[in-house]
Amino acid sequence: MTALTADAPRHAPPRAKRRGVELSLLVCAVLVCVYGYAAVGLARHGAVPPDTAGYAAGLGTLALLGHLVVRLRAPYADPLLLPIAVLLNGIGLVLVHRLDQETPGELAAPTQLVWSALGAVLFCAAVIAVHDHRRLRRHARAGGVAALLLLGAPVLFPSVNGARIWIRVGDLSIQPGEFAKVLLTVYFAARLAAHRPKLPHTGRRPKAPRGPFGRTLAPALAVWLLSMLVLVVERDLGTSLLFFGLFVVLLYVATGRIGWIGAGLLLASAGAWAVGSLEPHVHSRVADWLDPFASITAGQGPGQLAQSLFAFAHGGMSGTGLGLGHSALIGFAAKSDFILATVGEELGLAGLTALLLLYALLVGRGFRAALDTPDAFGTLLAVGLSSVLALQVFVIAGGVTGLVPLTGMAMPFLAQGGSSVVTSWVIVALLVRLSHAARAPRPAAAGTADRPPVRPAVLR
Amino acid sequence: MNRCTRHVAAVCALLLAVLLVNAARVQLVPGPPLRDNPADLRDDIARWSLPRGDIVVDGRPVTGSRDTGRRLRYERTYRDGALYAPVTGYASQRYGTSLVENLQDGILAGTDPLLSPLPLLDGLGSRRRPGGRVVTTIRDAAQRAAFEGLDGRRGAVAAIEPATGRILALVSSPSYDPSAFSGAGEAAAGAWTRLNGAADRPLLNRAIRQTYPPGSAFKIVTAAAALESGVVEDVDAPTRTPHPYLLPGTATVLPDAAEGCEDASLSYAVRWSCNTVMARLGARVGLADMVGTAVAFGFNDTGLRIPAAVARSNFDTDMSPDQVALSSIGQFNTTATPLQMAMVASAVASGGTLRRPYLVEEATRAGGDPVAHYGPGAGRQAVSAATAARLRELMVRAVEDGTGGRAAIPGAVVGGKTGTAQHGVGNAGTPYAWFISWARAEDAPQPQVAVAVVVEDATGDRAEISGGGSAAPVARAVMEAVLSG
Repeated sequence: MTALTADAPRHAPPRAKRRGVELSLLVCAVLVCVYGYAAVGLARHGAVPPDTAGYAAGLGTLALLGHLVVRLRAPYADPLLLPIAVLLNGIGLVLVHRLDQETPGELAAPTQLVWSALGAVLFCAAVIAVHDHRRLRRHARAGGVAALLLLGAPVLFPSVNGARIWIRVGDLSIQPGEFAKVLLTVYFAARLAAHRPKLPHTGRRPKAPRGPFGRTLAPALAVWLLSMLVLVVERDLGTSLLFFGLFVVLLYVATGRIGWIGAGLLLASAGAWAVGSLEPHVHSRVADWLDPFASITAGQGPGQLAQSLFAFAHGGMSGTGLGLGHSALIGFAAKSDFILATVGEELGLAGLTALLLLYALLVGRGFRAALDTPDAFGTLLAVGLSSVLALQVFVIAGGVTGLVPLTGMAMPFLAQGGSSVVTSWVIVALLVRLSHAARAPRPAAAGTADRPPVRPAVLR
Repeated sequence: MNRCTRHVAAVCALLLAVLLVNAARVQLVPGPPLRDNPADLRDDIARWSLPRGDIVVDGRPVTGSRDTGRRLRYERTYRDGALYAPVTGYASQRYGTSLVENLQDGILAGTDPLLSPLPLLDGLGSRRRPGGRVVTTIRDAAQRAAFEGLDGRRGAVAAIEPATGRILALVSSPSYDPSAFSGAGEAAAGAWTRLNGAADRPLLNRAIRQTYPPGSAFKIVTAAAALESGVVEDVDAPTRTPHPYLLPGTATVLPDAAEGCEDASLSYAVRWSCNTVMARLGARVGLADMVGTAVAFGFNDTGLRIPAAVARSNFDTDMSPDQVALSSIGQFNTTATPLQMAMVASAVASGGTLRRPYLVEEATRAGGDPVAHYGPGAGRQAVSAATAARLRELMVRAVEDGTGGRAAIPGAVVGGKTGTAQHGVGNAGTPYAWFISWARAEDAPQPQVAVAVVVEDATGDRAEISGGGSAAPVARAVMEAVLSG
């Protein structure tokens, strides 16, 4: 019966808006980031950087802008989402700026700042534009097509570091797979929500051959297969695993069938094994994961993963302090894929844990919104977006700490990479929208049309 | 639907837990392969992040540090690197350290707890301390005189202050400039490979790491044994040595380079380096007493540290009488480092007392406060004072009227002994020229310096390559430098 109370739409009493909480948390988030910025300057040059005030003002303005938009357009939104996003983005900027100190000829922080500002603006635009998330369903098909086009586009461009996932126009490089993530989530959620009543969800007859492979699921499956194909061609195993996980999670939530998880895991293992043993780029990643120190034994010096592990180990519990570590030894991806190693070395296990808990909190608030959203599409969308974040964090954090094979992906908000930051802001904007829909007092029977007020399984 | 959402959320929580446990494993578990892995540059970066402390000779640093601006920031530099290399050793970012650079590394690199102002609180502050200084016993003038005396010829010089054991000069030639491979770059690698492959082995510290047959220079030890054991009572009495002399138990005739050795006295034998007399005396002293005296002078000691390890000088302990006879004139299996032969001269010079030679006087903080003092150790009586006095007399005569004439210094009392050691198959190699000596100013109560010189490849005329010709002038230059300093 707990399910009944949890699933029952909550009409009353109306919830508090909690915008004041959000504002004070935002102030704290900005202060933490500014403190980090100052700490880097103190550690590297013995002085607080002269532009600290400017940095604080810039970040504060962006945060305030976001806050005002949320306050005006989504006043019931979860008050934790925006502050966490600002804090993560701010810490990311501090880390990229800190790593810039090691590569004076190659500054990444200014570009990252521009992308972050763009992300924040896009966040505001999305919160304003997506007045009702259910309207996204209408554009889901277009979104799916766009996602496929985005995923396919990099094939036409030269590969970078073994993976064909970038579009380069002059100095600007875009990773379209990042944007495709959101579009595909919307598409899957819309697809599965639309046909939800037709999908099995009771578990009453587990052996029933009511396969989901009918015309209901066929388009979704086809899109998924296509995206997989494109990704394998592009040698980006991380993103393809991410999409796969997303698809399985959404199917499971939509159908309630545990079989999907099993089938998904089986397929994923088979696929991973096949790609891992056949594709040399991926194969080398797996070999590196199995023995990160092989290159040292071979006399070629430590590889990137070994350097990353050294950085984490050197950090210990409390870390060396911002600006005082040597994570730049990792080499060319220190600011992007391996940015967590800098967190581990300079902020220690304490800082790393705090950071991972921030992500957990963000994901957790996403699931909270999913639980409270009245319509199936909203629930699936919130679950999908949260899962994308969670899987991405797991795959990268696990990769750089030697838990799983390394796959090139960007830590949301934290890592250098414009596409990733912008996408992360859009995800948070959608979650803000969804949480507003979940918590806002709604006129009776207005938002419940999609979902039967009571479900057979619960009734029994 | 919400039930499934909760399941998904629970799985995410599980993934988080796995991540955190793994992060704790990576970050907190001590030991290899993640901690202290030699492939991890962090220790090196910390090690070279501050200028290394200096090694001091005669009040002046002979080392320095250069800010390269690279990742391994400060690189070692050397003033007159080739001159002091046998003392300082090298400190390379790529190839480690040697000699004083190695043995005083903690002080020089700033990691030694001695440098901490509050040793008990050590480890609380993570900041590295600036490297301390290491003061050596080397006398700059003596070192230079020895180095210039050898003038690039293969050989070595060791000079000791007899009263204390301070090493005043320690030279090996040809030498190398340690700054050639201080860095971590390709230039360092090239220099290292070149030096290691060089035929004349410049990286070898011949003064303490190479042993040579001491030849006639060893006759001082034999003379000491003969006097100590009572085989010779009067140094001027005839020794009744036949000519030609057959090695005991064999039909081998021992040749003599010197004239008038038949029935010569010990004094004459030392002065003119008679093989027959000294070999016969060694055989008469016998294996046990010969070994005893050689060991008393420091032979067969594997544990000598100055603080760098000194190679073992050898006097066999299991020999037939003819082998004892040959060993007594510094041949057969008898070998010695130049430092060992300087110790022989030093013990004779200081009334029979042998003091442990040492190279490092003290270690100080960067500011100059001493943190460790390695003063003279206790002396050990190698031979009696009476024997030492008679040996000094013999050595003085060898310089005043004998083979060591070229070591004489006006205004000083000098005692010496030459040596010319045959070696190689059938003695075909260029002989090693030896000279061991000591000197005191005429008004000084006791000798101020004892020296051993070996010249390997005196390239001149074979006849000229005697200890007196090639090695004695080098010894004289070193002694003069000490006496006038």
